[in-house]
Amino acid sequence: MAAEEVTLSSHIQHHLTNAKMCSTDAGLAFNKACTDSGFWTWHIDTLAWSIGLGLIFLWIFRSAAKKASTGVPGKFQCFIEMIVEFVGDNVRDTYHGKSALIAPLALTIFVWVFLMNLMDLIPVDFLPALAGFVGETAFGMDSHDVYMKIVPTTDINMTAALALGVFLLMIGYSIKMKGIGGFIAELTLHPFSTKNKLGMLFLIPCNLLLETIALVAKPFSLALRLFGNLYAGELIFILIGAVGLMQLPLHFIWAVFHILVIVLQAFVFMMLTIVYLSMASADNH
Amino acid sequence: MNLTATLLGELIAFVVFVLFCMKYVWPPLNGAIEARQKKIEDGLAASDKAEKDLELAREKAAEQLKDAKSQAAEIIEQAKKRAALIVDEETIRGQQEREKIVAQGHSEVETERNRVKEELRKQVAALAVAGAEKILEREINSAAHSDIVEKLVAEL
Repeated sequence: MAAEEVTLSSHIQHHLTNAKMCSTDAGLAFNKACTDSGFWTWHIDTLAWSIGLGLIFLWIFRSAAKKASTGVPGKFQCFIEMIVEFVGDNVRDTYHGKSALIAPLALTIFVWVFLMNLMDLIPVDFLPALAGFVGETAFGMDSHDVYMKIVPTTDINMTAALALGVFLLMIGYSIKMKGIGGFIAELTLHPFSTKNKLGMLFLIPCNLLLETIALVAKPFSLALRLFGNLYAGELIFILIGAVGLMQLPLHFIWAVFHILVIVLQAFVFMMLTIVYLSMASADNH
Repeated sequence: MNLTATLLGELIAFVVFVLFCMKYVWPPLNGAIEARQKKIEDGLAASDKAEKDLELAREKAAEQLKDAKSQAAEIIEQAKKRAALIVDEETIRGQQEREKIVAQGHSEVETERNRVKEELRKQVAALAVAGAEKILEREINSAAHSDIVEKLVAEL
């Protein structure tokens, strides 16, 4: 492995590969040994960074929540409450029901996704190189065999997990608000309907097909939008990192632009979650 | 790029984070924000009310001041009238007193004068008699001439 030639494409490939863990007949295996392990592979870098960032989010907000009082807030308190109020306002404007879940869900998505996206601004070689060094010195691994992808949202598993969670909630809210019958009726009796019973029998499969596609498209678009934006951004960072000294101004420009992207993507994911759940719980068909 | 079990791990993490946020993060923060908003709202309303009350109190005070001024003016007017009345009464009374005293004085003087006149008359009569006695140097019966003397005295 050590003799493997480092080309640009292998460098990029290395950056875009997750650290994997899987169990084989010989016990736990890592990285290249897991190439054929199929579904039961764990991306330990994605899991570690995302859960770590999630815990940081909860720790920061929990410490602000503990200090929350009706008195004059401090600056840290103000900052946290600004985020909370921003999310709360968006939820109130969009979701016209009563739910104790939507607002905390939106806050978690917004801040968590933002923090995960924020990892994209750390120069692309820092942490992988550090991980390679640690792996080489502490564990005697080949540094080319140490993978470290630090932006969890560039892993489709991460964004798909968020989208799947939102999708399950959408179905849950639909059934809770409209009943199973109402949910099925929503999938089958629209958008085409006729008074003629025989005609309806023909239209129901069409409706089911259309509505199912419309329903399933929502989590797909959620997952792929976030993944696509961040993956592309990350790829461009890696490419910029490979152009020598010119990377300094280029990296700066792309990073400044990316500040907008990471906030925007976090916001879009949050807003669409609220909108989808609002549509799921509104009985407006 | 393939979907792997990572998805399940992240899904579980997502659910746990949302539940934690729902239980321990959102309610206290949102509650504090709303309570503070309520507090500020109440404070503003109270300040508005206090301002209105102050305005009202000012108006009332001005009205009372006006009332007091007019009352004071009325009292002063009354006092002036009363003073004028008292002065008038006292003037009249003084006048009367003076007239009384003057009249008394007059009558006293009159009495005195009458008394002095009588005395004088008596003395002049005695003097006349004594003069006549001296002039005549004769035995004169004073009794016989007393009628003349009496007449003389009466003429004085």
